[in-house]
Amino acid sequence: MSGKSLLEKVWERHKVKTLPSGQDQLFIGLHLIHEVTSPQAFGMLKEKGLGVKYPGRTFATADHIIPTDKLHRPFVDTLAEEMLQALENNTREHGILFFGPDSGKQGIVHVIGPEQGLTQPGMTIACGDSHTATHGAFGAIAFGVGTSQVRDILATQTMAISRPKVRKIQVSGKLGAGVGAKDIILAIIGRLGVNGGLGYAYEYGGDTIDALSMEERMTICNMSIEGGARVGYVNPDETTYQWLKGRPYIANFERMKAFGEEMRSDGNAHYDDTVLFAADEIKPMITWGITPGQVAAVDEKLPEIHDLPEKERETAARAYQHMGFSPGETMEGKKIDVVFIGSCTNGRLSDLREVAQVVKKGRVAKDVTAFVVPGSQIVAKEAEAEGLDKILIDAGFQWRSAGCSMCLGMNADQLKGRQLSASTSNRNFIGRQGSPTGRTLLMSPRMAAAAALAGEITDIRKM
Amino acid sequence: MSESIKNFCGKGIAVRGNDIDTDRIIPARYMKCVTFSGLGAYAFYDERFDGAGKSKGHSFDDMRWAGHPVLLSNANFGCGSSREHAPQALKDYGIRAIVAESFAEIFAGNCSSLGIPAVTLSAADMKDLQTCVENSPQTEISIDMENMTIQTVGKTWKAAMPETYRQALLDGSWDSTAVLASSMPEIEKTAGSLPYMVL
Repeated sequence: MSGKSLLEKVWERHKVKTLPSGQDQLFIGLHLIHEVTSPQAFGMLKEKGLGVKYPGRTFATADHIIPTDKLHRPFVDTLAEEMLQALENNTREHGILFFGPDSGKQGIVHVIGPEQGLTQPGMTIACGDSHTATHGAFGAIAFGVGTSQVRDILATQTMAISRPKVRKIQVSGKLGAGVGAKDIILAIIGRLGVNGGLGYAYEYGGDTIDALSMEERMTICNMSIEGGARVGYVNPDETTYQWLKGRPYIANFERMKAFGEEMRSDGNAHYDDTVLFAADEIKPMITWGITPGQVAAVDEKLPEIHDLPEKERETAARAYQHMGFSPGETMEGKKIDVVFIGSCTNGRLSDLREVAQVVKKGRVAKDVTAFVVPGSQIVAKEAEAEGLDKILIDAGFQWRSAGCSMCLGMNADQLKGRQLSASTSNRNFIGRQGSPTGRTLLMSPRMAAAAALAGEITDIRKM
Repeated sequence: MSESIKNFCGKGIAVRGNDIDTDRIIPARYMKCVTFSGLGAYAFYDERFDGAGKSKGHSFDDMRWAGHPVLLSNANFGCGSSREHAPQALKDYGIRAIVAESFAEIFAGNCSSLGIPAVTLSAADMKDLQTCVENSPQTEISIDMENMTIQTVGKTWKAAMPETYRQALLDGSWDSTAVLASSMPEIEKTAGSLPYMVL
């Protein structure tokens, strides 16, 4: 008889019942909320005359609309101010802890959850944000939900959802120089496609994944949704437990570890599918199109449309038209206008260290606007304590305060016109970074740092 | 209980393309709001209007199809951000059902929560239906949720959707809060059995 995967075990522990529709009613151990997708949910509760069932299981922060330059209240942007006030009022009224801008702990919801030790192995975690799978790096089953589900979780701490199948993604071998977690996940999405993960949870494993730090595992799990998988996770291990040890919300280390060990996938677990990747074949990756699946190695020729599978041709043609690139070109040498270092994918301390390491070798090229947005106020403080801010500022970067910023351009940090951006974020959709005609290239922090210095896309392996 | 949705009948509006993400359905800069009301004005905004706010002739603004309630698109519709603002914007514009080749998972769940049937057709059938609506904008499309078929005059296609979402629409349990809240004792039992966040 085969064993069980972590997903199966966690699901069984949190399943309240099977609903008449056939979906499961799943208990959500930890609920994270932010200012964009929660105010309407609180409004719906009010309409229905309902309260919050377990306010101690919901935590709030403000990240999407927060300005990264002028933080004094009221914000210049009156709509952003209204959204922040709504969150302040809703959390106060319902007794929910809010990591606000004055707390010293504010930041991107997927950075602060782990940072505070709220995220733990074996939990179910939901948030009104598609990048919630980030928390899966700790062996949690974490997924993004819509606002109606935020309402349901507030009211009942449960939601209606079907259990996904599990695909094991096994990455083995040693990564080459200059290649990291971002390159791994871009390579996975490139091969399996942007909707290859539909109906699946991705379990990332293999000796390459085992050797990664928690920050790197978060980068990989974070972009599961870009591959169509709502859930992505790594089995918890000693790296996980040691990273969490001593963090504010780890009330009982031994109990946390014991639960993680209990929930780990069994050695003989059943998987609905298994896909293998060789780490030494992965090169520094960069997107060239308008979906994260339109990705190539930095020195690889961009595909001819007729060489692509038929279902990819329409999007590829649209991508070439929007980006102004041509089949047969390589991305190396493309002149860039903006460099954005940050986001829930790559806005953690280790990312900023990698950038600083590259940036030490030079200065931001003339005509390039480069800025760094730390993932949280704590990340910013730790980086400043190490002097990373000084290295970056001296090299010509702007050093901003924590938030989602130009990952999605909801605050003032936006591309202008057709600017080409070298970005460490997670989406290159048309208009994603705030300008309808703007263009985004996704890449690792090291590659983005190299691009900032050279003013053009550069192969980090040659630096 | 919410309303049972057994079938839907209305005219179609085609928005062709694969991988239409929720940033395209509603750009993030129009999500600065604390309610969902009025979002229809921003549905597909950057695809409909240029920098000066001038119409680009998108089907949402073309008199032949504007305001029709059955949206027809292609593969991986609604991928990307989980923002419920996307289906809310489409609903506010007047969309009541969406037919596509496939849907991203979170988007399909959001549609289910709002009682919007999100139904799939094969790629070939979808091209047929889109062409039909483009050539004859007044074509009535009938979506039969019980038999999972889509019909226009003289044509019937086999449709599909996840069985759980279909059941929730048929039995009127898609507005899930009341259904979930009816299990409070079981919820409390599950909460009490977990070894973390012991409150």
